[in-house]
Amino acid sequence: MRFALWGKRQRNEELEEEIQAHLTLAEREEMESGRTQKEAVAAARREFGNVSLAEETTRDMWGWRWLVDCIQDVRYAVRTLRQKPGFAAVALLTLALGSGATTVMFTVINGVLLKPLSYPDPERLVTLHGYTEKYGDNWGISYPNFLDLRRERRSLSRLAAWTYGGDTVSEPGQAEYVNGRQISEELFAVFGVNLLGGREFRSEEDQRGGAPVVIISYGLWQSRYGGRPTAIGEPLILGGKSYKVVGIAPVGFQLDGGAEVFTPLGQNTEPRMQYREANFLHVVARLLPNLTLTQAQAELTTLGNQLAEQYPKANAGRNFQALPLHQELVGDVESTLWLLLGAVGLVLLIACVNVASLLLARAVARERELAMRVALGAGRSRLVRQCLTESAALGLLGGALGVFLAAAGIRPFVVFWPGSLPRAEGIRIDWRVLLFALSVSLLSGLLFGLAPALRAPTRDLEQTLRAGARAVTGSSRRLHSGFVMFEIAVAIVLLVAAGALARTVLSLSYLDPGINSHNVLATHVALSPGTLQSAPKMRAAWQDVLDRARGVTGVQFVALSDIIPMRVGQNFLGYWTTPAPPPPNELPIALASCVTPDYLKVMGIPLRQGRFFDDHDRLETEPVVVIDEVLAQHAFPNQDAVGKRLSIQAMGQGPIRVVGVVGHVRHWGLASDDQAEIRDQIYYPFGQVPDHLMHLFSSFMSLTARTTVSPLSLVEPLGRELRGTTGDQTLYDVRTMDELASESLALQRFVMMLFSVFAGLALLLACIGIYGVLAYLTGQRVPEIGVRIAMGASAGQVVWLILRQSLVMIFAGIVVGVAGALAAARLLVHLVDGMRPAEPLTFTVMILVLIAAGLFASLVPARRASKVDPIVALRYE
Amino acid sequence: MSGQKNRYQNRTEILQGTLDMLILQTLQWAPRHGYALSKAIRMNSGEILKVDTGSLYPALHRLERKGWIAAEWKKSEVGPRLRVYRLTNPGKKHLVAERSRWARLLDAISGVLNPSNEESEG
Repeated sequence: MRFALWGKRQRNEELEEEIQAHLTLAEREEMESGRTQKEAVAAARREFGNVSLAEETTRDMWGWRWLVDCIQDVRYAVRTLRQKPGFAAVALLTLALGSGATTVMFTVINGVLLKPLSYPDPERLVTLHGYTEKYGDNWGISYPNFLDLRRERRSLSRLAAWTYGGDTVSEPGQAEYVNGRQISEELFAVFGVNLLGGREFRSEEDQRGGAPVVIISYGLWQSRYGGRPTAIGEPLILGGKSYKVVGIAPVGFQLDGGAEVFTPLGQNTEPRMQYREANFLHVVARLLPNLTLTQAQAELTTLGNQLAEQYPKANAGRNFQALPLHQELVGDVESTLWLLLGAVGLVLLIACVNVASLLLARAVARERELAMRVALGAGRSRLVRQCLTESAALGLLGGALGVFLAAAGIRPFVVFWPGSLPRAEGIRIDWRVLLFALSVSLLSGLLFGLAPALRAPTRDLEQTLRAGARAVTGSSRRLHSGFVMFEIAVAIVLLVAAGALARTVLSLSYLDPGINSHNVLATHVALSPGTLQSAPKMRAAWQDVLDRARGVTGVQFVALSDIIPMRVGQNFLGYWTTPAPPPPNELPIALASCVTPDYLKVMGIPLRQGRFFDDHDRLETEPVVVIDEVLAQHAFPNQDAVGKRLSIQAMGQGPIRVVGVVGHVRHWGLASDDQAEIRDQIYYPFGQVPDHLMHLFSSFMSLTARTTVSPLSLVEPLGRELRGTTGDQTLYDVRTMDELASESLALQRFVMMLFSVFAGLALLLACIGIYGVLAYLTGQRVPEIGVRIAMGASAGQVVWLILRQSLVMIFAGIVVGVAGALAAARLLVHLVDGMRPAEPLTFTVMILVLIAAGLFASLVPARRASKVDPIVALRYE
Repeated sequence: MSGQKNRYQNRTEILQGTLDMLILQTLQWAPRHGYALSKAIRMNSGEILKVDTGSLYPALHRLERKGWIAAEWKKSEVGPRLRVYRLTNPGKKHLVAERSRWARLLDAISGVLNPSNEESEG
């Protein structure tokens, strides 16, 4: 570069020398024909014409003119920016904020949505779901159905299933509960990942009675085996049973969250493995290379129909659906992310318009300079290019600052994302993000540079030079007002969206969750592996857990429950009141919780009718259930439900007596429960769980406790008290109900918070825009105002004159903005759970806020105008 | 502004094709510097063709870039260093081609201006 520039400079000097020589020779000739030296010089010049234009045109012939111009323009741009540091700082800051926020959102979208999954041929990975017409595709697949699908499938190269697991690891190392997954053979092969060491389960190990083998995570291998390769083949004591380690999973391998141990699914002896009705398995599969998802789906549907015919009791009305794995992983986040990118894009747009109006104001002020440059021989296209270079330089600088802001802002964004953002590990600034930031800055540079650039050199040269920078043409005023209008419109859209979100969050958080979440602790308990041998032992162990927990100071009531409101994990059961069960696709479904007697007291759920369970509800006594008011209304409308009988899927023989009705619990969270498909709720006593299910239930029972002190302060004493006689009983996944309740609104709250920030930014930028434009326009009107004052206008009249101008712009913006805001509010209702449509009140409040802010921003220029001294103003002209 | 600029443009455009040819033709006899070249063209055309210097130097640099002429700095006895242009071999070929093209063009034009009798009668 240096060399090229040096070469260029030399060439420039040579050109000058060449032309100078020409002039010298011409002068000499003129003098020889008898003129004085002065006359000769003038004659030679006249003969030659415009020297610098000739030089410039000649330089054009060298072919690297554009580069030279570009460098010159950039230099010029930097110089002008430095001349006005205030302007440059405001413009750069505005742009940096806009492009920084946009880049953060894009980085997240890139990491979560756009980047392919990090498995080989990720587009061929699919998940299979059970599908029923009534409840959609949110079902797992039962083990018998999985085995049939695996045997019959043709379009899928591999098929594997998994479900949650986990148990207490007691050796090597300290006893501790670890998360686990039960997986079928070939699971890693479906994903196409290689184990770090060892092998996957063999077919004969993925069956009842197979040799006890386990695949461990990288983390467990490091912490418990010191990462030694000989760990493969060594024993691992899991749930009191010895397993042989056969493989080590690759680093970061996840199935819906991390897991430490993987055990063979087929060895599971729980009864639900045999039930074709028990749809609890996650199934992943890989498409054959030359087949499409549609083809695979067609085959699955055929298989599903065959199975439905073969097993109508379990499968009628049920089919299978294949979804891309990526879609499954990303889930609902997608729409939220695009929504946020859209909002951030609007902020960037306002920022661009702001800078555009600043630039335009400056361009009008610089008209004289530009006219001068035209007079000196600059071409029009050259000036346009130079203006664009200036704004592009501004845009790029702002964009570069924005990338730095984004780099700092991404981590907090991901951390504050409620719950966990899927694929968060892939969120980082990479070449795609940089490319995005580059194009956004160039595009915005072009966007805000175009208006001033196209405008500047079209004015009549002579007029401009004579008039100076005083007169504002109508087109300029219209353009400025257009900018302000646009900013107001966009600000209204964001303000109304933020307002509607805030109202939604507010009204949702006032909703009754159906429980009293204050001072309630919920924690999983992993029983001591030694007690898991027999059902009576497990019953005794659970009774012991309850008794001991009740003895801890600060604990008021304790109860066990298999599912916890607003926490992940649920159990669905079909029920009916008719003598014969309805066909499966018409079977109503309820959420079923298995609890101990004090559960109502712990959760503060109101008893509406009848009674709740007590210690007399045991295996030996009559089976009973309690239902919630929603189910009571569905099954026994306008009747007394107590004493009625309910047949429940997979639960005992014959209908079961309903002994009580309790209040509805918003199990799906404050925001989502009203729209949930399954809202009926059934409670049944833990004391009546049959012996053969005891082991299964023990694996997911939670202890809940109502406390008189802060619940988290009891975690430690509870944990100590519940270690058990063998000291290997542990608590895990400890939560307070307050946390769970607030998390159920967290996404809405988070979106609201971001929208408020964006709306605030938009409002601020719009105010700066109004201020800037008005200050500029008013400045142009100083002579006119001077005349008005001289003619007797009062200060109030002058202020009103300016405010009126600003009000017209604001109202025009509001009209456009309200239309946009209506559309945006409708979009939000689609995209955000529990969202309510924007109410007129929200519109009114936000419009008033905007008008107030706008008038406030115009007040300074208006007051300044009212203080114009007519004598100074008139002399100024 | 636009008037001033268009004047340059028009002149350059009108002379574009022919100016190149005139320069190449004039350089065929001897290498010359810019001033001498413009004088030579003027003199050879009987003072009719006046080369606009605003077009001359761009043309010279363009021809140089195309490789039809080559430039060299020479000391002059009168004083300043002079950039002297000479015709290259590709330039000579180009000139031949240009001249024949020009001749055809002239024929065509004079054909239009002086149509033969048969044609005008027919």
